[in-house]
Amino acid sequence: MLDAKIPEGPLDKKWEHYRSKSHLVNPANRKKLKVIIVGTGLSGSSLAASLGESGYHVSSFCFQDTARRAHSVAAQGGVNACKNYKNDGDTVFRMFYDTIKGGDFRAREGNVYRLAECSVNLIDQAVAQGVPFAREYSGYLSNRSFGGVQVSRTFYAQGQTGQQLLLGAYQALMRQVSAGTVKLFSRHEMLDLVVIDGKARGIIVRNMDTGEVERHGGHAVVLATGGFGKIYYLSSLAMGCNASAIWRAYRRGAFFANPSWIQFHPTCLPQFGEYQSKLTLMSESLRNDGRIWVPKKKDDNRPPNDIPESERDYYLERRYPAFGNLVPRDIGSRAAKEMIDAGYGVGSLKNAVYLDFSKAIAEQGEGKIEDKYGNLFRMYQKITGINAYREPMRISPASHFSMGGLWVDYELMTTIPGLYAVGESNFADHGANRLGANSLLQACVDGYFIAPSTMPNYLANEIRTGPIDTRQSAFATAEEAALQKLKGFLAIQGSKPVDYFHKALGKILYDDCGLSRSRAGLTEAIAKIRSLRGEFYHELHVPGGGGQAMNSELEKAGRVADYLEVGELMCYDALNRDESCGAHFRVEYQTPEGEPLRDDKNFAFTSAWEWTGLDTEPLLHKEPLHFETVTPTVRSYK
Amino acid sequence: MRIQLRVWRQEHKSKPGQFADYELPEVSPDMSFLEMLDMLNDQIMRQNGRPVEFDYDCREGICGQCGVMINGRAHGPLANTTTCQLHMRTFKDGDIIHVEPFRAAAFPVKCDLKVDRSAFDRIIQAGGYIAASTGEAPEANSILVPHEEAEAAFDAACCIGCGACVATCKNSSAALFTSAKISHLALLPQGRLEAKERAQQMVAQADKEGFGHCSNTEACEVECPQAISVLHIARMNWEFNRAAFF
Ligand SMILES: Cc1cc2nc3c(=O)[nH]c(=O)nc-3n(C[C@H](O)[C@H](O)[C@H](O)COP(=O)(O)OP(=O)(O)OC[C@H]3O[C@@H](n4cnc5c(N)ncnc54)[C@H](O)[C@@H]3O)c2cc1C
Ligand code: FES
Repeated sequence: MLDAKIPEGPLDKKWEHYRSKSHLVNPANRKKLKVIIVGTGLSGSSLAASLGESGYHVSSFCFQDTARRAHSVAAQGGVNACKNYKNDGDTVFRMFYDTIKGGDFRAREGNVYRLAECSVNLIDQAVAQGVPFAREYSGYLSNRSFGGVQVSRTFYAQGQTGQQLLLGAYQALMRQVSAGTVKLFSRHEMLDLVVIDGKARGIIVRNMDTGEVERHGGHAVVLATGGFGKIYYLSSLAMGCNASAIWRAYRRGAFFANPSWIQFHPTCLPQFGEYQSKLTLMSESLRNDGRIWVPKKKDDNRPPNDIPESERDYYLERRYPAFGNLVPRDIGSRAAKEMIDAGYGVGSLKNAVYLDFSKAIAEQGEGKIEDKYGNLFRMYQKITGINAYREPMRISPASHFSMGGLWVDYELMTTIPGLYAVGESNFADHGANRLGANSLLQACVDGYFIAPSTMPNYLANEIRTGPIDTRQSAFATAEEAALQKLKGFLAIQGSKPVDYFHKALGKILYDDCGLSRSRAGLTEAIAKIRSLRGEFYHELHVPGGGGQAMNSELEKAGRVADYLEVGELMCYDALNRDESCGAHFRVEYQTPEGEPLRDDKNFAFTSAWEWTGLDTEPLLHKEPLHFETVTPTVRSYK
Repeated sequence: MRIQLRVWRQEHKSKPGQFADYELPEVSPDMSFLEMLDMLNDQIMRQNGRPVEFDYDCREGICGQCGVMINGRAHGPLANTTTCQLHMRTFKDGDIIHVEPFRAAAFPVKCDLKVDRSAFDRIIQAGGYIAASTGEAPEANSILVPHEEAEAAFDAACCIGCGACVATCKNSSAALFTSAKISHLALLPQGRLEAKERAQQMVAQADKEGFGHCSNTEACEVECPQAISVLHIARMNWEFNRAAFF
């Protein structure tokens, strides 16, 4: 039975209770303990810096050439905190409720409450570090509102909030590097987890510059490796984002929770051609003034400005009169896909919908729109060559955020003792749908406040362990397996590059395990993924048999090999859940009007999957969700 | 469109490099520059060659990992644009494009178009932070920051650390990078206290890494993807001199 270890007591006292009772490690003993942290995004950097400051030895890993490039850097919109600076009635409880509801009642009350509770302090922390949040003329911090809520609780630094928060964490990390508490290993990719006597004891990594495979031991291992939405190939994520670290941990016994819950962001740029590698996100804020429409006639090839008002279908305004263009992400994305699939898509590949500013420009003037969104319009023009002041933008939904991830308990520990998962790599706080500006928050509070308070509870028992000897056989076996795997890729000598397989997998998942899913489609997708995986191990071409050190294709091959297994698990997960909730929309479970049908009686649980081997069905464990404080209701945006 | 490429190939930092010529017959104007290089690699791999190593991650202009010299200009012909945000419609059918790594003594070439920019990390380690530990920080609104100052700090803080400023500078100076951080932190009340030491230590580290001195050519501001102003260099010099004299 899965034990989430939620502390006793009333919701608002749980975290305090936990902290007053958990074990601590005496400052003198901390230097006897080494912690491995994989990932330098907001969650990893903030944790590494915090543990370093308190005196532990930390080794910090990332695959980019410096810690500051982790994909947290790309977050634009903002970070939520219930400071109630606007005096608009915001409270910890309200934020907790918004998050639970936004997640379609599929997250744990205890974790979500703590997220809201810690948000207040996070802003103080970031300001102390010099994060230049937007300010009012009075010098006070400024806020804006974000989707799905009625209060203004989003803090921001122009359109680069993630970058600024990350630089704050990165600088704190660099400070610890110079203090000698943290050792950096950039351009190191984790290939495997080493488990000894049931405890996480280290990792196997590949130095991507020299090609060497290395062993690193520690008293605890933390995965802060971010999201895996890149599995669809086209996404708003960075090219290197991967599931490999968490997948290796899964194969070593960590449970994987809700793997199929992936958020699609409704306002990304559509695909323009086969060669395309990325779907850049356009901030959601555009929906405040842009109106979304498609032509009423199928396959209408007229330029948008030639289509008269009466022949346009503003389908969100039509279907969701109360929220209109501001419906939550899952609903906006799904509606767009339905229009595109029904043949109303626009653009050369018929894969987009229009986001039209003409009304806003007519009402407010071009200058006003430029003030608000000038940088986004410029970015749009840079990428597409189109002037969006003159004709509507073309947008489409793209894979963006993985709500699922490694299963963790209240302490953020996985089912492997001593292995933790923080930030987007765990499943903890967002339920079936993540609210905008909540994940920067989650990554930060996991790293600055939560893991630094929970890890000592485990590490206190490790003081007498002594240094972890990496000459132990478990390290040697894992290293050998990793080396063989790399050699295996080089030896296939087929004719198809890695990207071919990644794109093919992405297509299968997008069609059958994306914005909408069906029993038949998912069953078929599992078969298709297995056969693609077979093809991969016969037809893959990775250059560099000569053994050159730097080999980007080899790096990609490892990631895609893992994705080919993750994809299958996602399908099992989606197949198992006979209901529609949040990002998970099963076509069999909808109302006559096409709205999702959640089934609280049978599915109010977290799916935590256990690896049972390749080509076999994984084992499902259920963690029931108890709602003691809130009553699940139907999310309605009509 | 048909594009001819002359690309710097260098297998290892210890080996000499040279240009190699390639031709891509069917480049789409909608492709980004990096997607064009993907296409090149696809073609090279089909002929069993070694693909060109080049850096990137986000491909949306914010991580700072991409960056090559394109026809002698850092990040290519457009001002204030990263390599990943440059699109092929900027070029013409039949163009010959030279592609080289960022060059600077402090940025040794690792392989083909990839260079080692870890010197930037060490400059930050030398003092590019506010010494605030995690924990009970003061209430955020107890530190008031005038709107203009917060915006000015942001304008310096938005540096993506790509190194185009160094690559474009005839002295390979890291003045724009270093000053942007010094300025960001010195502009905020939270960062004022350590401003002197920060400036001294960061400048000393930049010298130690082998970056050159700034001779006010101001080429860096044009190439900087975030259009960071050279005025920050003046502020750095002021902080640095203040540290020396007061
Ligand atoms: C375009 C975009 C915009 C967003 N905007 C917002 C927003 O406005 N507000 C908000 O709240 N959230 C936003 N999000 C979500 C949010 O940015 C992320 O959820 C969050 O930053 C994740 O942080 P992280 O620390 O978990 O992971 P990341 O920042 O992704 O870091 C992952 C780290 O793990 C390392 N890593 C990964 N795999 C390996 C491996 N195998 N070996 C070694 N190292 C590895 C990487 O090198 C990196 O350092 C956005 C996301 C995207 C993609
Ligand atoms: S790839 Fe990130 S800035 Fe170009």
